[in-house]
Amino acid sequence: MISLAGRDILHAWGKFVLTGLGLGLLIGVTLSMAGIYRGMVDDGRALLANSGADLWVVQQDTLGPYAESSNLHDDVYRAILGMPGVARAANATYFTMQVRKIDEGGGTSDVRAMVVGFEPGQPGEPGYLMAGRRITRGHYEAIADVKTGLRLGERIRIRRDDYTVVGLTRRMVSSGGDPMVFIPLKDAQEAQFLKDNDAILNERARTAANPAFNRPGVPGLKEAVEASQTSNRFVNAVLVQVKAGESPERVAQEIRRWKHFEAYTVAQMEDILIAKLIATSARQIAMFLVILAVVSAAIVAFIIYTMTLGKIREIAVLKLIGTKNRTIAGMILQQALGLGFIGFVVGKTAATFWAPVFPKYVLLEPDDAMRGFIAVMLICAIASTLAIRAALKVDPAEAIGG
Amino acid sequence: MDGQAYGIHIEGLSKRYGSGDTAVDALKDVNMTVAPGEVVGLIGPSGSGKSTLLKCLGAVIEPSGGRMTLGDEAIYDHGWKIRDLRALRRDRIGFIFQAPYLIPFLDVTDNVALLPMLAGRANAAARKRAQELLEALDVGHRARAQPSELSGGEQQRVAIARALANQPPVILADEPTAPLDSQRALAVVRILNDMAQQFRTAIIVVTHDEKIIPTFKRIYHIRDGRTYEEAGEGRAYA
Repeated sequence: MISLAGRDILHAWGKFVLTGLGLGLLIGVTLSMAGIYRGMVDDGRALLANSGADLWVVQQDTLGPYAESSNLHDDVYRAILGMPGVARAANATYFTMQVRKIDEGGGTSDVRAMVVGFEPGQPGEPGYLMAGRRITRGHYEAIADVKTGLRLGERIRIRRDDYTVVGLTRRMVSSGGDPMVFIPLKDAQEAQFLKDNDAILNERARTAANPAFNRPGVPGLKEAVEASQTSNRFVNAVLVQVKAGESPERVAQEIRRWKHFEAYTVAQMEDILIAKLIATSARQIAMFLVILAVVSAAIVAFIIYTMTLGKIREIAVLKLIGTKNRTIAGMILQQALGLGFIGFVVGKTAATFWAPVFPKYVLLEPDDAMRGFIAVMLICAIASTLAIRAALKVDPAEAIGG
Repeated sequence: MDGQAYGIHIEGLSKRYGSGDTAVDALKDVNMTVAPGEVVGLIGPSGSGKSTLLKCLGAVIEPSGGRMTLGDEAIYDHGWKIRDLRALRRDRIGFIFQAPYLIPFLDVTDNVALLPMLAGRANAAARKRAQELLEALDVGHRARAQPSELSGGEQQRVAIARALANQPPVILADEPTAPLDSQRALAVVRILNDMAQQFRTAIIVVTHDEKIIPTFKRIYHIRDGRTYEEAGEGRAYA
């Protein structure tokens, strides 16, 4: 038996291809939405993996440093280093800001970035470089993620200081998708916590006017308070590597118990990043996926229904000459599935080509593509029922005049 | 019928639409006999019951009473005697419509071969049969063409080939010459007569077409749901 659906598709291939193209672009958007979610999850995992830490020690009762603000004194790491099971511990700061790029002509442009302060050679430094070198000087050098658009040798301004980009890394972005710029810890502390000159001057005047800090009988108190106000001794987190064979969870428990800080393992941090930070985005994307699925189903149903109505006379003839209902239903179903197949191929191809253009990482996983293909076929099958109902209602007598 | 089996034989056929006060008797006591190899005309004004009779003969709607015999088998006797009417239409009744109604997405060969394929014949055998019929109807050279590439006359010949594809004992032709000019209309009648004789098929041609009415040897007039037989002129058609 010949394939009636196949012949009809070949006969009206232009209509099918154009319709499949439209449907395919919609499917491409759907696959890209799923890819954006996967990209966010993968970015979170890459961020944790590339930091090289087994534990994140942060301020008590916070989910820092990526999800919430966390402040720790910068000498805390020493106490942690002395704990059993700890191999390495290092300070790190994180803050998101507009990093100003200084063009050759002296002009500036902004790029939104998460500035990371780290100690070279310690946990927290970028995992690998794709160009340039690591930071070798104590100040004013930076490593940037390629998504910032910065190039080697370019100058950037963070707060009051200028930095030279000496290295480029990739897949180092915050949970919000902002690419990272790595600078030395001391510079980052200054950039994050140091006040401007006017603020320092006003603060000194306030301290001098406060009798509690400016006692005639206590010489040096005012100067000590002023010194504490201008120095910055805070970091956002201490990144810890545990010794080989040591359980990170056990070390984390010890830190919580004896040092009164919060300590998160990789699994817990992953849970914070994925289950909490991007949960709303994930729900948003899920809503989009549902809407796109409904729209796709409506489009397929409408197109197949319209095409079927255009063939009512042929269907009546087919029924009159003895074609079984299941042959006619099969023809319509196969056409809907054919449309879905064309749409999926177009959509997958489109998503693959436009994914790199997205500002955020879009991860198109083969499993998602397979699930998408099954969903498209199911949607097309369901959408064809309306047309099949219409076809089965056609009276063969319609082929005979009168 | 000289001891021959009928092509089709109808006796006292009736069809009533609705019931009670609103009932309409579309057919009342219709009698008709067509021998194998014979072509008869069925003529009547609009609303006379032609289409209803055609639909009853084509097993598309169920008559309300009477008998119908196809070949030597009663298919209706105050109720269908055959359960699978779809198979009956496919295997034992050929249809030719006012317009050819070829399936636009199948080529000429497959339009004809579709019926044997639906009946379960292998694709190759069905196509061979289709090719033979197309050759017999002088459209063998258009076998690979799409219906939209054919002239009106060629399309109608393909439709005739399709009606003959399963070698049915009877063909019902519903105004088959309506869209054709005189020359082509007479050519179609000639083909129908040739095919009827060649394949021993009984053909009933419903028509209004004044050009072809004189070519029938026997004519059934239908008026107010009743048939009246009349000898035709049997004039030469070519």
